[in-house]
Amino acid sequence: MTSTPLDKTAPLGKTRLSHTAAFWLAFWAVMAALIVAPLVLPEFWSGFLTEVLIWGLLAMSSDLLIGYTGIVSFGHSAFFGLGMYGAAAALLLVKPANLWLAILFGLGGAAVAALCVAYFSTRLRDIYFAITTLIFSQIFYVIIFTWTAVTGGENGLIFHQPHFTIPFLVNVPFNSHSMHWFVLAVVAGSYLILRCVTQSPFGMVLQSIRENEARTRAIGYPVERYKIVSVMLSGLFAGLAGVLYAVQKEFAAPDFVYFLTSGEAVIYNLIGGVGTLVGPIVGAGFFQLARQLLSQWFGDQFPYLIPLGILFIVMIIFLPQGLLGFARRWLNR
Amino acid sequence: MGAIGDFIHSIPVDLLIIQTINGIVTGMILALVASGLTLIFGIMDVVNFAHGELFMLGAYMGVIAFATTGNFWLALVLAALIIGIFGAALQILTLRPLIGRDPLNTILATFGISLVLQNYALWQFGPVARKISEPISAEFTLFYLQYPWYRIVIALLSGAIIGSLWLFLKYNKFGVWIRATTQDRVMAQAMGIPVPWVYTGVFALGAAMAAASGVLFAPFGGVDSSMGLQWVLEAFIVVVVGGMGNLGGSVVAAIFISLLEAYAAVWLNPSQAVIASFVVLILTLLFRPTGLFAAPK
Amino acid sequence: MSEQANSAEPLVRVEGVHTYYGKSHILHGVSLTVGAGEVVGLLGRNGVGKSTTLKSIIGLVRPTQGAVSLNGQAITGLPPHKLARLGIAYVPEDRRIFRLLTVMENLRTGLDRNGVTEETRKALLDKVFAYFPVLAERRTQAGGTLSGGEQQMLAIARAMMLEPKIILLDEPTEGLMPRMVSQIGHIIEALHKEGISILLVEQNVPLTLRASQRIYIMEKGNVRHHCAASALDVNDAVIKQYLGV
Repeated sequence: MTSTPLDKTAPLGKTRLSHTAAFWLAFWAVMAALIVAPLVLPEFWSGFLTEVLIWGLLAMSSDLLIGYTGIVSFGHSAFFGLGMYGAAAALLLVKPANLWLAILFGLGGAAVAALCVAYFSTRLRDIYFAITTLIFSQIFYVIIFTWTAVTGGENGLIFHQPHFTIPFLVNVPFNSHSMHWFVLAVVAGSYLILRCVTQSPFGMVLQSIRENEARTRAIGYPVERYKIVSVMLSGLFAGLAGVLYAVQKEFAAPDFVYFLTSGEAVIYNLIGGVGTLVGPIVGAGFFQLARQLLSQWFGDQFPYLIPLGILFIVMIIFLPQGLLGFARRWLNR
Repeated sequence: MGAIGDFIHSIPVDLLIIQTINGIVTGMILALVASGLTLIFGIMDVVNFAHGELFMLGAYMGVIAFATTGNFWLALVLAALIIGIFGAALQILTLRPLIGRDPLNTILATFGISLVLQNYALWQFGPVARKISEPISAEFTLFYLQYPWYRIVIALLSGAIIGSLWLFLKYNKFGVWIRATTQDRVMAQAMGIPVPWVYTGVFALGAAMAAASGVLFAPFGGVDSSMGLQWVLEAFIVVVVGGMGNLGGSVVAAIFISLLEAYAAVWLNPSQAVIASFVVLILTLLFRPTGLFAAPK
Repeated sequence: MSEQANSAEPLVRVEGVHTYYGKSHILHGVSLTVGAGEVVGLLGRNGVGKSTTLKSIIGLVRPTQGAVSLNGQAITGLPPHKLARLGIAYVPEDRRIFRLLTVMENLRTGLDRNGVTEETRKALLDKVFAYFPVLAERRTQAGGTLSGGEQQMLAIARAMMLEPKIILLDEPTEGLMPRMVSQIGHIIEALHKEGISILLVEQNVPLTLRASQRIYIMEKGNVRHHCAASALDVNDAVIKQYLGV
């Protein structure tokens, strides 16, 4: 009887160690592949991969809200859009165009939107909140679309890509390779930060809110404050994705602020697997790849959203855990 | 105060009256769309993102039926029937499996359905807008305009349809079933009411109403694959402002919001006038989240 | 069961039923029968699974193991609305009448079935209003405005609209005044005289012993004792053992 407790701790220690080891092994393996990719792939696919990473970041930010806090939000187009236009503002207004300023402005814009959404998140429940965030994206869309003098209206804004600068050390223009590595660094860094957050005590409280908000509040946690922080974080990372997009593509357009962009982020999230952080990136990749392949096989006019949309619906019914969730169960992790 | 006097003098009274009528007409169509939406939400707890697409497909069915039969009213009935049945099939295939699950699933599912339907319409019917000619081309003189009687007819017809729905819910046997199911789904089943079919029926009813609105709107708004998106957003605002599940509330809210937008269009351009509805929504959510016109229960 | 006078299949047979609520194992192999025209009492402390047994019969919870049959036909897993149409009526604890519907509309939920002729409608309504004159008085009032006792009457009247073969009655006297309690006793007697079977879950032991022909006593998700009601007295050791405080 007394030997059993001792026996129990040893295997537990081993499993915890090997789990962390397995994670870092997998992480660096994937990173290695992604770092090498632009050197090996043709130009088109390299740029494609960069874009997937950006959409993945957007979807990941959405996952923090949906997968971990249990809040459905369609507001990510607003965060993404403001990040995009914020960066555009910095790159157009301040000469010489500065990368870090663009990031700062973009995050600032996204933060403003996130504050408004965060306020509503504490006062409205589920469906009302979801609809409000949708309307919110539309408000920004209408403003951006019609305020042509400032935002370029329908045509959006065009600007030049800034150099990659570290003060006093480096000042080089991007090429498609270095842009890819920059985006990869930002997205990977964001992923690690978000992973840290979701596995921290803070993250545990978020998940408890998702499971049972009333009980979490009854235990004594200031649920409102947690929600606000969650929305702010989500908004900031979504805005960061917008900044990256603007910097990579050198333009900002109102289309991305239309609420459908939020919808797509949620779709990537679900296809990949909610509540996994990595899932959304996988989902974004899967979706974009499918879309690319469909248009290559069937032509540009092919309505790729019809089969993809049907797949999405089928997945909701039969595989709500997403691709990653399915894989996880299959591997019996 | 000269400025205020100037402002009052500059208010184009005749334009305001015209906009009042326009606002009421648009409001009645919006009310019809929103009624279906609020019915589906109130009874089934489903946020139907695809509602705008049912409106749009109804309009297209109307175009086809009109081209085939040459009769507008027949086309209206046929379109409502076809989309009603389609709605029932949709509910059975995609929403029934989700009953009992987290409501997030139905929101995403209906969103997915709206994407599929919208792209299908674009693919099938092309980007060029279609039109149905008005069944009544008579006009009357309103100030300096020749105002079409047809628009007045739309408003009256929408009102009649909503009124019939209300009577149906109150007195008809299925109306009692629907109300019982809304109040206590479990006991409704224990009383022999086939609740899964009640849900299908309600969804079909909502779809048919959306389709009818689409056909009614077609002669003066045209038919294209993106019309659903604009209407569904406004319809959601109406449903929230009117109180979810509150039929009377959504009618009042629809007219209220449409009037505000119509007046705003006097001074702003139309794509900006829609901000009026956003403002109403935000104010409602801040001060009376259960709905501005919700009956206290 | 040797107590049955005829060896024909009983109206309702519950056999070895296991039921869970989520992860909680509530029923551990419950078996009981109710014969045609019989009143059977189901006694036991709070939480032993009496209500869950009724819910398993009307299909509101699904047994993971075991079988329920009606007149020999298996009905386990059928949806509640089908069972209601087959003749099983359920009157839950806390009544659960439709509060926003009028008394008449509440009755209509059972009355508006397929295949009910105009004469049957009239006959059923007349009968129910004879049993419960107060409901006739309040027929256009909303259910939520009725008193506790009146709501209980409405719940039973509503069940009668289904022309049931068996009524599952869950704690009908709970929270009622003594005068109403004895009225419930009379109603059960009247229903019995009409040949309707009743499975009566109750905390009120004397009423149950008077009204029933047979008694089951449950404890911890299982039937522990089964005998004729006449063989039991309120002061018996068995009663004290399973129902005493």
